Amino acid sequence: MALLEIKDLHASVDGQEILKGVNLTVNAGEVHSIMGPNGSGKSTLSAVLARRATYEVTGGSVLLNGKDLLAMEPEEAACEGVFLAFQYPVEIPGIGNAYFLRSAMNAIRKHHGQDELDAMDFLPLYKERMKLLEIDEKFMSRSVNEGFSGGEKKRNEILQLAMLEPKLAILDETDSGLDIDALRIVSRGVNAMRGPDRAFLVITHYQRLLDYIKPDFVHVLVDGKIARSGGPELAIELEKTGYGSAEAEALQAQHA
Amino acid sequence: MATETDRLSNYHKAYEAVRAQASEREPVWLGQLREDGWARFSAKGFPTTHDEDWRFTNLAALAKTPFHRAAAGEVFVSASQIAPYGVDGAACQLVFVNGHFSPELSDLGSLPDGLLVCSLKRAIDCGREGCAPEGIEQHLGRYADMSRDAFTALNTALWEDGAYLRIHRGVVLEQPIHLLYVSAGAGAEIATHPRTLIIAEDASQASIIEDYVSLGSEAAFSNAVTELAAGQNAVISHFLVERENTASFNVSTLRIEHSRSAQVDSHSILLGGGLVRNNVHPVLNGEGAECLINGLFAGAGAQHMDNYMLVEHASPHCNSRQFYNGILAGQAHGVFHGRIVVAKDAQKTDAKQTNRNLLLGDNARVDTKPQLEIYADDVKCTHGATIGQIDETQLFYLRSRGLALADARNLLLYAFAAECLDRMKNPAARDFAEKLIRERLQELASAAKNAALATTDERKAQNREELG
Repeated sequence: MALLEIKDLHASVDGQEILKGVNLTVNAGEVHSIMGPNGSGKSTLSAVLARRATYEVTGGSVLLNGKDLLAMEPEEAACEGVFLAFQYPVEIPGIGNAYFLRSAMNAIRKHHGQDELDAMDFLPLYKERMKLLEIDEKFMSRSVNEGFSGGEKKRNEILQLAMLEPKLAILDETDSGLDIDALRIVSRGVNAMRGPDRAFLVITHYQRLLDYIKPDFVHVLVDGKIARSGGPELAIELEKTGYGSAEAEALQAQHA
Repeated sequence: MATETDRLSNYHKAYEAVRAQASEREPVWLGQLREDGWARFSAKGFPTTHDEDWRFTNLAALAKTPFHRAAAGEVFVSASQIAPYGVDGAACQLVFVNGHFSPELSDLGSLPDGLLVCSLKRAIDCGREGCAPEGIEQHLGRYADMSRDAFTALNTALWEDGAYLRIHRGVVLEQPIHLLYVSAGAGAEIATHPRTLIIAEDASQASIIEDYVSLGSEAAFSNAVTELAAGQNAVISHFLVERENTASFNVSTLRIEHSRSAQVDSHSILLGGGLVRNNVHPVLNGEGAECLINGLFAGAGAQHMDNYMLVEHASPHCNSRQFYNGILAGQAHGVFHGRIVVAKDAQKTDAKQTNRNLLLGDNARVDTKPQLEIYADDVKCTHGATIGQIDETQLFYLRSRGLALADARNLLLYAFAAECLDRMKNPAARDFAEKLIRERLQELASAAKNAALATTDERKAQNREELG
């Protein structure tokens, strides 16, 4: 059974159709990259998978480990193993990073019938993962993302990923706004999390990220549909030729 | 329709009863004060919404409820009934039942020398018998303004007891003093008029928790007046906790008189009560005085919580900070009226006022009104108010990490409320406030209907912001 099985997915925002029949199968252990021009529906796809209510699903199905993902609330999807690294991580003044993350871990553990972690169990793990992402320990007691730089926010997303250990990690343009050092750190964090039980959906506009996080498959999303799929070489080709050819093909297909 | 006199007749009866009881033992000055209070109240009655200071709060229901006076000991309250209302880590607890001091229920602990905590009535009685009443006459009724405020006039006429605190020069008390005012109607609707007098001498330091609770579900009317005279360099924290039942009316007035470099914090935690009016009125009457006015009001159902702040800068180089956060669910109505008056010679005044509100339902409402009257020319005064809803993107972010909807909401509400907790310096009082606030927010977070939430997903938080 595939980890994620998307069939003919249609979704709208404010009555406007953005996803127009997406098909995608992701198996555990695989890294898929979704590339595409602005407005092609990349972020909509990630938001639908994370169950954001403002995105209305108008057709198709999504199965996560055989379960109907589209019937899940965001917290249920998270507990079942979906993690979205936000393109724009949200600042939450007044809630400390460590407290928030431990609450999230315990909510997921509770869902799986596991005992809650106390601070003593949590902190050593947290500190270790912070080192991996070169995040200062002072961040623990600071409010979630409040006053963080763009790079710090993205690193904090990957830190959460590393702590929550999801089955399906979706990185929504995690590379946008990162300088090369931050990109290396973030990629190292992601690569450390790769494993046979986990799949990644790496959404990006640029090929650059894929130099650091090597995908098994690359898909090109154009106008709400996957226009082309291939191996890592497709990303390199796109970098040279741009999305123009893929867009033209999609257009041709439409008129055919 | 009942005439004004009829409607006030119960108060008149109470006045006659109080005077009859008191006339033999009370000093002449106090009798005079009561007469003045009664004359002022009976001439004007309760204010109406035509009065600018009461524009958002309709007192018709209060005025037409025939509240009775309860005599001392009329309703029996056991120690086990008040046990749940204790404050961990308090230095002492004074308990008043229906406005009367209960020595049996009170625990005076072991207070340091130089600290007097007792019943105000007893202190005055004691003075008559020859032991010094320690300047009560010089302070009582001197600060709270009867001519401006009908409730202060009524309290002055009808008060029967309350706490008297005198913190002598240089005395420092770490643990908070807990004053528990209990309304226990046992079937009757009772009005009480607690009067608290706090005299903090120079360089003294203390924290006082004034706590209003009700036993049972009857409507009660608590009309409290507290006068706090802070001497030079005194550092005082005052906490008002309102957690009465939602049938009750609570009008409280805290009048603070600051001497030079006195620092007084007023923290208001309004969680209960049906109609609540919280008046805080500091007068910064000495150079370098500072006051912090910090509050949280969290209402649901049909609760009405009106906060009326009047900060008077009467001397130069004084600071005042007002921070009030409101959380309103159901059809609850909140009011924040922040008035700052800077006198002509109060130069270098630094006054700031912030009121932030979260509305949890379509029918919840808040009115916020800043009012600056500045007669000096070298001052810094700012005010700002926001009204919004729970931020949908924050809510989604928390849920996307696995937190259940109610928990995510609760966490965001708590973060909003925690701003107020962070300003409380006394650890025991802060912990006490935190416990009460957590309980209250849990109720608000889980009581809110999912239907109301779904709509917030589709609607961006509407923020009305006004910064000046």
